[in-house]
Amino acid sequence: MIAQNVVFWILAVAMVLAAIGVVRSNNLVHAALYLVVVLAGSAAQFILLAAEFVAWVQVLIYIGAVIILFLFGIMLTRAPMREDLALDNDQRLAAAVVSLFLLGVLSTLLIQAFGDSKIDITGPQGSELVNNGRAGTLAESIFSTYVLPFELVSILLLASLIGAVVLARRD
Amino acid sequence: MILAQFLVLAAVLFCIGVYGVLARRNGVLVLMSVELMLNAVNINLIAFSAYLRETSGQVFALFVITIAAAEVGVGLAIVLLIYRNISSPDLDQLDQMSG
Repeated sequence: MIAQNVVFWILAVAMVLAAIGVVRSNNLVHAALYLVVVLAGSAAQFILLAAEFVAWVQVLIYIGAVIILFLFGIMLTRAPMREDLALDNDQRLAAAVVSLFLLGVLSTLLIQAFGDSKIDITGPQGSELVNNGRAGTLAESIFSTYVLPFELVSILLLASLIGAVVLARRD
Repeated sequence: MILAQFLVLAAVLFCIGVYGVLARRNGVLVLMSVELMLNAVNINLIAFSAYLRETSGQVFALFVITIAAAEVGVGLAIVLLIYRNISSPDLDQLDQMSG
């Protein structure tokens, strides 16, 4: 239990610092690289929670595909690389107040509701957890209980990719 | 491990994402902040999946990842169109509809 907690806190601190880097960095490419740290950290958190398949999907889709899309977006919009061009607007203070207020409300609520709930990862419960995270178990769930949402998501993905091509095409 | 530590981590990441959406003016950076928020939701789903010993949370996390990929594709295409029309990815300059 101690080892998992140590790993959790190291990852959590790295993720929060990198997330602050994403929203505070003055360089777009640095912001994208900070986002890689956040996403890889959450993949590691998924492994800590024995969600092995989702962790690898996170690495493949997010770090592999989404970040590459972002880097292409940065290149195609010829992002300002000079430090003097502001990437932030003038409502930073209001945004900070709103997000700190939201954080206060959410964390109070979550700690009051789930403050003493433990995730048991030792013994037989742990092996059940590992079994739940395997690709085979997830595939059984997706292709039996969630087969209709799965098909809908694939149609949505196809439609949005065709839409992206149509939008970005030069006539 | 307690459940609340994952939930609070996700809440912190979500609020940082909210700050980014409100305070950034570059379209690509706003989309990155949206990704932070979606990722926070995934951490919540996986934590509850481990807590309740239920596979459904992980299936929903996979759906969220898929939809995030679709959203980034369309979103970046829109930012690209904005750049072509006003020669800047600055969302604050999108005031053509204000009359």
